[in-house]
Amino acid sequence: MEYTTTILTGFVALYIFMLAAFTGFEIIGRVPAILHTPLMSGSNFIHGIVVVGALWALINASSTTQQVIGFVGVLLGAGNAAGGYVVTERMLEMFKPSDKKKG
Amino acid sequence: MNAALIIDSAYFVAAFLFIFGLKRMSSPVTASTGIRWAGLGMVVAVLASFLYVVDVEPDARPFLTTNVILAVIALVLGLGWAWWSGKKVAMTAMPQMVALYNGMGGGAAAAIAAIELFGGKAHVGVGLALAVLGGLIGSISLSGSLIAWGKLDGRINKTLRLAGLQAINGTLLLVLVGIGAYVVYAHGQVPVAVLAVFFALALFYGVMMTMPIGGADMPVVISLYNAFTGLAVGFEGYVLNNPALMIAGMVVGSAGTLLTLLMAKAMNRSVSNVLFSNFGAAGDEQQGEISGSMKPVDAGDAGINMRYASKVIIAPGYGLAVAQAQHKLYEFVKLIQDAGVEVKFAIHPVAGRMPGHMNVLLAEAGVPYDIIYDMEDINNEFKEADVAIVIGANDTVNPAARTNKSSPIYGMPILNVDQAKQVYVVKRGQGKGYSGVENELFFRDNCNMVYGDAQKVMVAMIQAVKSLEGGH
Repeated sequence: MEYTTTILTGFVALYIFMLAAFTGFEIIGRVPAILHTPLMSGSNFIHGIVVVGALWALINASSTTQQVIGFVGVLLGAGNAAGGYVVTERMLEMFKPSDKKKG
Repeated sequence: MNAALIIDSAYFVAAFLFIFGLKRMSSPVTASTGIRWAGLGMVVAVLASFLYVVDVEPDARPFLTTNVILAVIALVLGLGWAWWSGKKVAMTAMPQMVALYNGMGGGAAAAIAAIELFGGKAHVGVGLALAVLGGLIGSISLSGSLIAWGKLDGRINKTLRLAGLQAINGTLLLVLVGIGAYVVYAHGQVPVAVLAVFFALALFYGVMMTMPIGGADMPVVISLYNAFTGLAVGFEGYVLNNPALMIAGMVVGSAGTLLTLLMAKAMNRSVSNVLFSNFGAAGDEQQGEISGSMKPVDAGDAGINMRYASKVIIAPGYGLAVAQAQHKLYEFVKLIQDAGVEVKFAIHPVAGRMPGHMNVLLAEAGVPYDIIYDMEDINNEFKEADVAIVIGANDTVNPAARTNKSSPIYGMPILNVDQAKQVYVVKRGQGKGYSGVENELFFRDNCNMVYGDAQKVMVAMIQAVKSLEGGH
């Protein structure tokens, strides 16, 4: 049987939105303040997934205008994802417990 | 296997890895692996997206080759620039960099909305409404984040204060909602000019909304725009029938909203207060009489005094990082730790430019996170401390926040440094803090001022303690 993408509309979409919203709330709610900056940066990285949507739009562009806007969209989205990743990783890399190697 | 199945599976994996990664990022022990898992999810999703070429829409077929080439170029350029800029940015400049990347995400969401609307692709009803809404929020996030970046980076120094600005912004927002409603009502069949005006006004609104906000409140605003971008991405995900965008966008939307509320609470401000009022406008009226005088002390003497203390608590602020004194401070800390002194760091929730920013700056200098404490965990320990030393912080240690009702910072929780037996304040000069409020702490009997550049002061302290060891 040929696979076709499920169309996510109406209540299915609403359920997805609701569960995702609670997930975000729960994850951040228990985070110590020490990690707030990296976490804001980390969540900033995660909405970089928008690049995937921009890719779809650009690949399906059917006029020059759409190509230009799509190009800008992918460019910005890729910047969001890559930049968010790099700065988050750099910050988190630095968190180290009291090391025993000096002792 | 067909392309749609692979794409959908990849998005499922990506959504799982994002949530799993975020979860791991919520503890310092697992945090650095968390971002790698999430990064893997992103790579999987982006690679799978190229399979869109298989089931491309009929009218896009003649353009397909060009489109794919453009996509690769845009990806490489965006990724390359962001990678390079992210690697070289200084830790102190991190907040504005996050703002910049966030604005780009908002712009990408707005671009998707623009293509849907200009191309007449958006469906009727909910899909169309969410496309419009996502475009609006994404555009505001783009221009607003750019202004926030400019302000934090020192490129925009003006804080716009206009009588009736709220009324102008309110009208602007009403007009935007009106045009949006009209687009939905007309099933998206509106003249191109109407859409162009809609996006231009949305961008303008983001500028107008951010310009009146002062630099000290900018972290809250960045966090808010982070949540905005998340929402915009989630809405565009619905329009594109893309569950990865829906889930990731909504997780960030709610997490960002909560983070914004936490930040505002830590600053004793409500979010609406940040957005719609001018901080410090009501200040200055009466500061109350402050008795006593500021008593300067030599850096070396202060350093030696700490060497013979049994417990020292350090309250660092953004000034420490501006002077790039974290490394010297930690060198000093190690020196007195070796002499048997118990040293702890006390971090105020808004120390630095964002909550947690100070932790990042200390981590950069190699300070282990298990001697760094949040305010609520350490505030009761100050009365047992022999010495509390304040470096580059001001408003966050001002006792006026507890007692002086006329003070603009009244009610803000503060570090109880004044309860230590001896307080040293390392400060460049006699100026006031970010809020422009005089600090009562400096005039207390148990407080001495160490004037000078924080880095030079730390060097002097290190030398004083070292010469002590050498002399005996």
